[in-house]
Formats: sequence, C-alpha cells, structure tokens
Amino acid sequence: MSMNYDALDSSRTQRTLTGSARILLALHLDGPLFIGLSLIAMIGGAVVYSASSRGLLALEAQAMRFALAVVAMIMLAQIPPRMIRAATPWVYLFGLVLLLIVMIKGDISMGAQRWLDLGVVRFQPSEIMKLAVPLACAWYLHERPLPPSALSLLVIMLAIIVPTLLIAEQPDLGTALLVAAGGAMVVLLAGLQFRYIAGVIGLLVPAAYVAWQFFLHDYQKQRVLTFLDPQSDPLGSGYHIIQSQIAIGSGGVFGKGYLSGSQAQLEFLPERSTDFIFAVIGEEWGLIGLVTVLLLYMFVIGRSLFLAASAQDTFARLVSGSLALTFAVYAVVNTGMVTGLLPVVGVPLPLISYGGTSMVTLLAGFGILMSLCAKRKLVGR
Amino acid sequence: MARSVRIKDHHAEQRLFESRALFAAALMLLALGAIISRLFYLQVVRYDYFVALSAGNRIRVEPVPPNRGLILDRNGLPFATNRPSYQLELVREQIENIDDTLTRLVGIGLIEKEQIALLKKDIRGRRSFDAVPIKLQLTETELAVFAARGHDFPGVEIRPRLTRYYPLSESSVHAIGYVGVISEEDKKDLDMNEYAGISLTGKSGVERAYEKELHGSAGSQQLLVNAQGRRVERIGRNNIELVRSEPVAGNDLYLTIDQHVQQVAEEALRGQRASAIAIDPSNGDVIAFVSTPAFDPNVFVRGLSRANYLALTEDPDRPMLDRAIRGSYPPGSTVKPMMALAALEYGVITSEATRFCRGQFRLPRVSRPWRDWKPAGHGTVDMRKAIATSCDVYFYDLANMMGIDRIHDYLAQFGLGGLTGIDIPGEKTAILPSTQWKRTSFRRKEMQVWYPGDTISVGIGQGYMTATPLQLASYVATLAAHGQRFAPRLVRAVRDVKTGEIRQLPPKPLPAAKAVDPSAWQVAIDGMIAVANAPYGTARGAIAATNGGPPLYLIAGKSGSAQVFTAASNQRVKKNAELVEHLRDHALFIAFAPADAPMPRIAVAIVVENAPAGGSGYAGPIARKILDAYLLTPEQAAEQEEKMKLKAAAKGGAPAVPLAPVGRE
Repeated sequence: MSMNYDALDSSRTQRTLTGSARILLALHLDGPLFIGLSLIAMIGGAVVYSASSRGLLALEAQAMRFALAVVAMIMLAQIPPRMIRAATPWVYLFGLVLLLIVMIKGDISMGAQRWLDLGVVRFQPSEIMKLAVPLACAWYLHERPLPPSALSLLVIMLAIIVPTLLIAEQPDLGTALLVAAGGAMVVLLAGLQFRYIAGVIGLLVPAAYVAWQFFLHDYQKQRVLTFLDPQSDPLGSGYHIIQSQIAIGSGGVFGKGYLSGSQAQLEFLPERSTDFIFAVIGEEWGLIGLVTVLLLYMFVIGRSLFLAASAQDTFARLVSGSLALTFAVYAVVNTGMVTGLLPVVGVPLPLISYGGTSMVTLLAGFGILMSLCAKRKLVGR
Repeated sequence: MARSVRIKDHHAEQRLFESRALFAAALMLLALGAIISRLFYLQVVRYDYFVALSAGNRIRVEPVPPNRGLILDRNGLPFATNRPSYQLELVREQIENIDDTLTRLVGIGLIEKEQIALLKKDIRGRRSFDAVPIKLQLTETELAVFAARGHDFPGVEIRPRLTRYYPLSESSVHAIGYVGVISEEDKKDLDMNEYAGISLTGKSGVERAYEKELHGSAGSQQLLVNAQGRRVERIGRNNIELVRSEPVAGNDLYLTIDQHVQQVAEEALRGQRASAIAIDPSNGDVIAFVSTPAFDPNVFVRGLSRANYLALTEDPDRPMLDRAIRGSYPPGSTVKPMMALAALEYGVITSEATRFCRGQFRLPRVSRPWRDWKPAGHGTVDMRKAIATSCDVYFYDLANMMGIDRIHDYLAQFGLGGLTGIDIPGEKTAILPSTQWKRTSFRRKEMQVWYPGDTISVGIGQGYMTATPLQLASYVATLAAHGQRFAPRLVRAVRDVKTGEIRQLPPKPLPAAKAVDPSAWQVAIDGMIAVANAPYGTARGAIAATNGGPPLYLIAGKSGSAQVFTAASNQRVKKNAELVEHLRDHALFIAFAPADAPMPRIAVAIVVENAPAGGSGYAGPIARKILDAYLLTPEQAAEQEEKMKLKAAAKGGAPAVPLAPVGRE
C-alpha cells in the first residue's frame, strides 16, 4: 500500500523537506491551514486598529489574544487522537455541569448570565460547548455504522438540544446557534439521509414558532422584526443595520482607503470593532477587500474539509468536518447580518472581530483538527 | 450473514462523508454567492446612493421632542404654557473633542466654567446621536455671538424649541411646581430615550406628580447633515426619502384652582410668610393654594446659576418652602370646634352644660395655672359660646376630661397627624400627639412620659400639637360637610391632546369623620357662625360681611393664634405689635361659607407666620376676601371691600391692617 511505501521511504522524503516544513510536521501542524488562519488574523489586527480609531491598545490586546490562541492550538495539536476521543465524554459532561452552574448562580454580566467567575479568570462555559458538542456527537457515532440509525439520531439530537437550550436561555442566541450548528454538521457529515434533512427543515417552521412564543427574549424578537424592516426603529436596533449598509455601500469597489472610512472613523457605525467590523473592511477596502477576506475564509474551510476527508477514522473525519463547517457558519452568519441579509445575531466575524473568547476557542478547534488529521508515522508507534 | 445487523464499512463511510462534505461545500458556495451578490449590489449597483449618504453628506436620525402639556386653571386660564425659544444643542457623535468644544464655548461666554463637569456627565449619559441641550433660552446677544462664531463649533447648533413658560410668574408656584434640569436622581425614574433634545422635567408640584401625562412621547426625524454635522436640504441630485415620525404632545391638565380666587388670596398675603388654602368641601377640589413668599419658576427653566440657586435656598424667608403642605404650625384655637365634637363624641359634656370661666385653669397638685387669653375670664359659657368667645378655660377642661389618647383618636379621623393625600408630592404629617407618639419620639427616658399637664395645652391646639395649613383646610372642609371627607386634589381633568377629549378625574373620597350624634356637627358649626356673626364673636368686627343689613352669605369661622414666644406665666403677653417680628404669634383663621347651606361651597384655612396682628384681626379679613372672591360677583366683592374700609376708618384703625383684639383670642 502506498502508505507503507511512504513510511518505508520516509528518510528520503524528509530530506527533501525544508526546515520550517520539518518543524510543522514535527508539531503536527498543517502549513497551508496555519498560514491561512494567520493571514486572516493579521488582517483582523489591521482592521481592529483602524476601527478603534488607531487604538494601539486594542491592537496589542488582539495580538496577545492571537498569541494565546496559537499556543492553545499547538498544544492541542500534540495530543494523540485516541486521547482526544477518550476524553470527549468527560469534556462534554464537564461543560454541561458548568452550564448548569452558570444557570443557577452565574455572574450577571451585561444583563445576561454567561460568565462563570473562577476567582482568577472568568470564562464562558458555552465556549467549551462549541467544541464539546461536535466532539461528543462524533464520539457517539464513531463506533456505530453509518448512516446513523433513527435511535442514534435521537440520542444525538438530545446531546445537541440540551446545551443549546441552556445557552439560549442565558440568553446568548449567537453562541447557541453555533453550538447547535456544530452538532448538526456532525450529523450531516455522518451521512444523514436527505429525507431526514427535509424533515428537519419541515420541523424548523413549528420550532421557530415555539421559540418565538416561549423562548426568545424581547430584544431578540426586536432584532428579527428590525431585520424585516430596519426603518421601523431607526433610532434603536435598526440603526446598526442602516449604518453598516451605508458603510459597506459607500466603500465601493476599491474602498475609501485604510484609516479613512468616514462611517467608521466618525463613529457613525456602532460596534465597529466587534460584531460589525466587516462593514469597516467594506468601507475602507471596498469590494476587493471583502472578497479577499471571504476567499481567505473559503481557503481555510476548503483546506479543513480536505484534511477531514483524508483523515483515517470516522471520529476524526466527523469532528474535523464539523469544525470546518461551523467555521463557515460563523462567517456566513456574521457577514449575512452585517450586509443585511440575516437578522442581527451576536456572532463575531471569526478571527477578525475584536475581543471575546471566541478566538481562543476557534484556534483550539483547529488544534484538535490538526491533531486528528496530521499525517503520522505509521512505523515505530 | 443473513442477520440485518449492520457493520461498519469504512470505505462506504468514507464515500458517504465525501458526498456530504461536497453537499455542505456546495451550500457554502451558495451562501458565499449570495453574500458576494449582496456586496455587489451595495457597493457597485447602489454605490452612488450610499456614497452620497456617507461621503460628505449623511443621514442623521434626530429625536423630535414632544410639546409639554399645558396647565390650566379650573376655567381654562393658563398657568403653565410653552413659548418658542432658542437653545444651544450638542450632538456627541459629531464632535471630535468634547472637552475642547465646551472649553471654547466658555471662552465665548455661552456657558459657565462650573457647568462643564455636569454637562459632560449629561452628554455621556445620552446616546451618541442624541442632541443634548447645553444652554436654554438664548438671549439676543447670545444668539448673535453664536451666529458669528458658530462655524467653529461643528456638532453644536442653535435650535428653536418650545420651552416651559409660566405667564403668571410666582402665582401658584407651590401648587404647580416647576420644571428644571434633569438630575441623575430624576434619570432613575425617566425613560431617557423619551427625553432626547429635552433637558427639563417636572421637579415639584403638579409638574412633577403628573410628569407622565404632561410629557407625551418623542418622535424621530431623519435629517441630512454634511460632514460638519450641519443640516443640508439634499444630496446632489438624489432625492432621499426622509422618514419622520411625529411626537405625541403631552396632555393638558385642568386644575381645580380658580385663578381669580388664587390671585386675590396671593394679593392679600403679599409680603407675609404665610399660607392659605381653599377647598371645595363637596369633592376636595383645591380652589386656592398659596404659600408666600414664592419664587419665579421661569428662572429654573432658563437654568439657574449656582449663585441664584443659593440666593433662593438661603433666603431667610425660605421662598422655596411649600408652607401649605410642609409648614408645621401649632393650630391654636382653630382646633376648638373639633375638640367640642370630640367631647360630645365621648360624652364628657353636653352642648348645653355650662362652665364658669374665671380666666385660669388649675390641675390638682400643679402650682402653675393655665391662663385664658382674657385675663378676667368669660363668665358662664356653654359649648357654642365657648367656641364663639374662644374660651380657653372651657377647652382646657374638655381636654383634661378626655385625655390625650382619646383626643388623638378623634382628631386623627379629620386627617391631622397624617397625610391628606393631596395629588402632589412632599406633604408632611406634622404632629398629632399621643402617649404612644411621645414614647417613640424622644430619646431621653424622662421625656417619654406623657404628663397630664401636656394634655391641657393640646385642648387649645398648643403644646406638642402641630398641623400643616393643608391639614387645617381639609379639616374645615370635613367639618363643613358634616364629616364627609375627600383627599384634596389639584387636578380635576386631563385633556387628551390626540382626541381632544376631556377626561374628568373622579374625586377621591376618604373614610368619613364620625359623630355618634349627628346634631353635634351643628353645635360646632353654630359656634363658628357665632364667631363671625354674634355680638360676642371674636371675629365679628373683623369679618362680618355687613355694615348693617343682612349678610350676602353666612360665614362660619374660627380664629387662632399660635404662640411662638412663651411668656412667663405671671407676665402678660405683650401686644404683637410690640414684639420683635420673629417672636410674634402666628395668626390663623379657618372659615367656610355659606354656613347655612346643606353643603357649603368653600372652606379656607389661613396661617400667617409672625403676623402683625392676631388671628381674627389679621387673618380673618383675608379669609373673608377669599370667600368673597369665590362666592360673590366682582361688583358685590368690591362693595364689601368698600364697607370694610369705612368700618375700619370709623374705628380709627389703619385701613390696611384692621385693629386686632388685644392678646390671644
């Protein structure tokens, strides 16, 4: 088999590699993916600097966060896949317990119970769930024949819905959406029959009705209503959408130039360094800048899917594929929201938006992906 | 195997994964396509439109403040209106450096240096696109200054607005209240989004109590502004549709106050520290509400400088104090009709039983006597005559027989010692003493004991007892209505600005004051009629509405003097005119009329601090003027006034201040 041939011939292969490639290989890192992620983060840093009105402090903090995230990614990439799989159920349960604790006695921060104060650091247990839910779904399906049976689907639905509802109740609709998407992607990739997909879409309509009636908070409803008609509330939540469209539209094809977007620099655009940073890119770099960013995202997602497809077992494939597609959901939801295609949901632009714990979680996910998909020496294990 | 147990087929799974991954990737490309088409639409197709909005010209959403509701008197005459004025406004998001802008505004003399900190706090507390008023009611000079220098201040603009105006200045200010700059404290109660472009809110009186009715709700308006934040009419050739939602003006309030009666009362009390309240006994409507000295509420609308504010608050006459609801005075002899009712209620005496008054009252084992205001005594008096002559000894005796706690329980029915429930904030309860009250009010043990002697002075409304003028007015109204009580109110109707419909507010009945024997009311009222009409009545000379011939209407009244200065018991109290002003007695008078009607139309209570003359002599004629103003036609009232002057001249007294009977009555 070709694998064996590669392995037997490894000494010659290694000699033809460059120095940095050898380091990447030794660290189980995927070069192209790493470069893609770094490029996005670098663009992010530059835009954050502009969006925060030449905020050196913001840039510094963002760089620190990226460094921390890269360290987390490299560390996770070193863990052997079997260990990741073995740890999965425990991580999931741990995350679930934390969510329950937050629900019972979480710190009230920004009007919502999201944070858990550990004395030294405060963090959002929902971030763990972004990784734990797809991991757990894949763990459950790993031993079972695919496409999954109806019973398996039921178990998995439960594993997704419980944390999703807990997070949505905090209330953090954006994160809940991403957690649910992570699990759903695993199921989809596991070979979910298309009739099920059609069924789920059929179920979404009544589910949306129930959510509207019983679960959505007033401000969340308001966002949806405003999305449907931004002019209905030009002073309130419609203001965001109107201003971000003006920013993007006025950027044109080439943009107004770095640090010269008047919407952003004159503070017409709210939340310009966080959720609405995509509009700043659009205003200052134009269509060219936005398409570049979108293509970089496509590259990262495509590379991740490619790595997932060439992974060696079901668990690795499902986890990696799900992480790649969730990343895509991230990007689509944020850009859709900023351009006025989707309602305003609190989802940051991945790796570019300022702040939050999401950057660490994202790169941690890529760390897991690299661990699971790295080419490993088959001999001498 | 025949069994249908499925086993894992790794190659099939790999293929399955790949097909699903491809499916997902296709969906993703679809989404990407949607987003790029959207970007193409925004950035290429509608580029001109958005660039016009953004580069150099942009849309600003501006709140349109609602007009504040008017405050009218009971007949629709204005107390508080709005008038156009110019104000300086600032929009934070259009200003690069707030500190610099404010400092430069100080430089051209438009704001004061001390205001900067407060203004910055206010600006920070608002949304970045809200206009914050920083200087109200600009003068001609200030307008000219800003017109010349305005281009140096992007983001600062002069806007015409309607602002509060009180055409009668001081009149009724303590009832109506005033609007002033919104404080941090106020912000807790207000939805600040409704106050964009507005820096004033009701601070006291009706303006505060009815803030929600008066304020209305803000509208919004899109404006085109250029890069400097200045308003422009259009962007290039593009016509842009500007959305405007109209504000809803606040509702107008109809007060119960009668502006004519109010002004007569104010005129009569001018120059004194005093209060007068007139109430309609049939529903609690406040016809006049005076507390003097007063102040001009318009200065608060303009924004008060610190010096002016201190001048107002540190004035020894305390013009800001609403004496009508916050001034506590010993009610003096005005409580006597109520004491008589209490005595009949508890059966300690009958109305016909007589007492012989020798001019002083003694308790066993107490060496110090309680003196009557008339050293020689009143001789034989029954209850009606005791009220009419204001015999102190008779009421010392009643109080002694009833005991303080029974007095307390009976008087509490009339609202003394409690809130009257008037519809403006800030009312005080004053003190209706009882053994319980004394136990809880003093720290020192020996002070907590109620002594029998404490009760005696309460019999004539002195000692520990105090009441607010409003409580006294409410009590007289209750007495006039034979016990029927209403919470006094200042607002009788609300005019809905949207529909033009006038919504009457129902009067608020309170639990009635009871008398076991209904004829007791008439005894007290007879006593009060005699005060004003009988030859021996203490106030006959001062207020009798006739100069021969039958009265135009029948007055029932009762005078009172509240001792400020305690003379040694063996020393006669000097005439008020001889005392230093702040040691003079307070003069009180309560009255209602027509006293022979089943439901009298008006009840008044007057308190004049350190009055130049006594209750009947000084406060009595004022009470009559108020009753005249309400009950008579202007011609009749003028005629009455003329008669009073003639009578005073005939007695040789100064016409302005009718001669007072000697001492306390």
